Amino acid sequence: MTMLEIKNLQVSVEDKQILKGINLSVSSGEVHAVMGPNGSGKSTLAQVIAGRDTFEVTAGSVTYFGKDLLELAPEERACEGIFLAFQYPVEIPGVSNLYFLRAAVNAARKHRGEDELDAIDFMEIAKKKMASLGMDNQMVSRAVNVGFSGGEKKRNEIFQMALLEPKLAILDETDSGLDIDALKTVADGVNALRGPERAIVVVTHYQRLLNYIVPDFVHVLADGKVVRSGDKSLALELEDKGYGWLGNGARPELAVRA
Amino acid sequence: MSSTSDLDVLTSQDYKYGFVTDIEAESAPPGLNEDIIRWISAKKEEPGFLLEWRLKAFRHWMTMVEPTWPNVHYPPIDYQAISYYSAPKSKKDGPKSLDEVDPELLETYEKLGIPLNEREALAGVAVDAVFDSVSVATTFKGRLEEMGVIFCSFSEAVKEHPELVEKYLGTVVPFTDNFFATLNSAVFSDGSFCYVPKGVRCPMELSTYFRINAANTGQFERTLIVADEGSYVSYLEGCTAPMRDENQLHAAVVELVALDNAQIKYSTVQNWYPGDKDGKGGIYNFVTKRGACRGVNSKISWTQVETGSAITWKYPSCILIGDNSIGEFYAVAVPNNRQQADTGTKMIHLGKNTKSTIISKGVSAGRSSNTYRGLVKIQKGAQGARNFSQCDSMLMGDKCGAHTFPYLEARNPTAQVEHEATTSKIGEDQIFYCNQRGIPTEDAMSMIVNGFCKEVFRELPMEFAVEAQKLLGVSLEGSVG
Repeated sequence: MTMLEIKNLQVSVEDKQILKGINLSVSSGEVHAVMGPNGSGKSTLAQVIAGRDTFEVTAGSVTYFGKDLLELAPEERACEGIFLAFQYPVEIPGVSNLYFLRAAVNAARKHRGEDELDAIDFMEIAKKKMASLGMDNQMVSRAVNVGFSGGEKKRNEIFQMALLEPKLAILDETDSGLDIDALKTVADGVNALRGPERAIVVVTHYQRLLNYIVPDFVHVLADGKVVRSGDKSLALELEDKGYGWLGNGARPELAVRA
Repeated sequence: MSSTSDLDVLTSQDYKYGFVTDIEAESAPPGLNEDIIRWISAKKEEPGFLLEWRLKAFRHWMTMVEPTWPNVHYPPIDYQAISYYSAPKSKKDGPKSLDEVDPELLETYEKLGIPLNEREALAGVAVDAVFDSVSVATTFKGRLEEMGVIFCSFSEAVKEHPELVEKYLGTVVPFTDNFFATLNSAVFSDGSFCYVPKGVRCPMELSTYFRINAANTGQFERTLIVADEGSYVSYLEGCTAPMRDENQLHAAVVELVALDNAQIKYSTVQNWYPGDKDGKGGIYNFVTKRGACRGVNSKISWTQVETGSAITWKYPSCILIGDNSIGEFYAVAVPNNRQQADTGTKMIHLGKNTKSTIISKGVSAGRSSNTYRGLVKIQKGAQGARNFSQCDSMLMGDKCGAHTFPYLEARNPTAQVEHEATTSKIGEDQIFYCNQRGIPTEDAMSMIVNGFCKEVFRELPMEFAVEAQKLLGVSLEGSVG
């Protein structure tokens, strides 16, 4: 079934239009890759779906399981199963990763009318997930992202995703700055989450990640519009020919709804 | 989420403990002169030495000028308009058990959530409750007495243990010390007294709850804690006050004395009425707190969480006289709306190998102003003295201010003094990150601020730490940055 339906989405920040009419439809079980050159609006799209209020939606609609997503506060979207793996994960000094994650998991459980987990139950669940992701135990006792290397921060995002088990996971340039081992860890984490009930949107600049997370659909953004959609071969073609091949993004007639 | 108007709306939360207890007070008429001091002293049946001391302080105070150097602003105080003594009337001369305590008074404590019955035994807290100017109930005395620990109201100590009072009163904060301390020395009404004898580890956290009540009554607490050789005591002080329109002056003095190998831990959670969102009303909290590490290897720790008062002016300090003695200061100050805080500490190193640590965390919200002012002074004889200071400020919104004034004086070449300071703004990025993980903004703020203050909270006794975190949550409710 259709999970996320984006129609003619137009977004501005401080009067500068960044998204100029995006159409995108994502159904359960699918993995979509959103590619494009720097400044094409990829990250903006990811953040608007997550509810970042620095962006102003000037036209269009976004529905999530048929509901108007734009009406929901960011924390409500999160509780409804939308997860954004941040391009730049934020540091929160003095707050342990474990405490933070338990608060996140319990917020979602509360939202669903389930009992909140106590520290001991949560620790057990967290340990299992860590083991499955090959993560170091001591990472959870450290403050959220403080003193983490770039790779550790991205792994931590994937760990959070694994714990929160979202319905729709959006990965915003999670592959940037990762060495090949970290890239594999991230990909393993994402692939473990793949399933008929979930959808994943991978925002990336490079094709490299898509060798490990094989997408069902690939969309190319340029200048705030989807200029190409296709299957995984489109990513390879892009890798081969570069974004320049698409011209200045001036071929909207090629944008096909997946 | 982060617009200025939202911030204004959200920070306008009413003070939760604003109520006034209707108790007939037996008060001194407003004004201050030698007759009033004699009246107070007579009322309290004090020995001659104390009256003399009060009068000396008063005569000295008459020669003093109110200080203007702190970074705080308030209209001039009319010291002749203040009543310097107010005692709640009780049925007999003094209540001997809770049954004899004015039920309305008990109700007040009930509202404040202060348990005053034997159930406290489970919590391990003995409460010496100060209501206005007179202590009305002290619990757990029996158990403390068995160990030789004296914990009572200051007035009682004057009657029962005058030799101890005479020996230590004013030896850390002399009556000439500063304008407000001198005023306190002249007119102090009551407070707490604690003496822990040699080698005794006080078996429970001692606690005092302060509360300012009768209108126009300045409250002048006097606390004296003496830890004899090899003893240990942990003392908690916490307070809230009823809502008032007039500004209320509070000029307390706390003196701590630690002898050889003794240790005193003094923790404060201060939540007096801060005034309304326009800065009207609220307590003026001008406090002098000082500890003397007189003995070798002695240690004094100050830990404080300050969320209340319109104006806070206080610098809990340590004088490190004994060799190897240690002074510590851990503070969180959280002014909101139009609150002003000028706080910090002084660490005076006199003895050899003395050590001091200062961790100060300031969180400013609304239109508040927060100033850290600290002095680290290493005297000539303080061979091998060491200090570490860290002052971190966090700003919420764009209308508040944070200032840091560290003063360092090292007169011994072997001294090591370190100072670190940071200022950060609670980030929209942090809030959004939490939101995206399902955590609502208010919870996110509380989490971020508690994380920022963690190094201080972990120094608080357990039950206080929980209270402090709750208090911080309440104080900052809606202060979205």
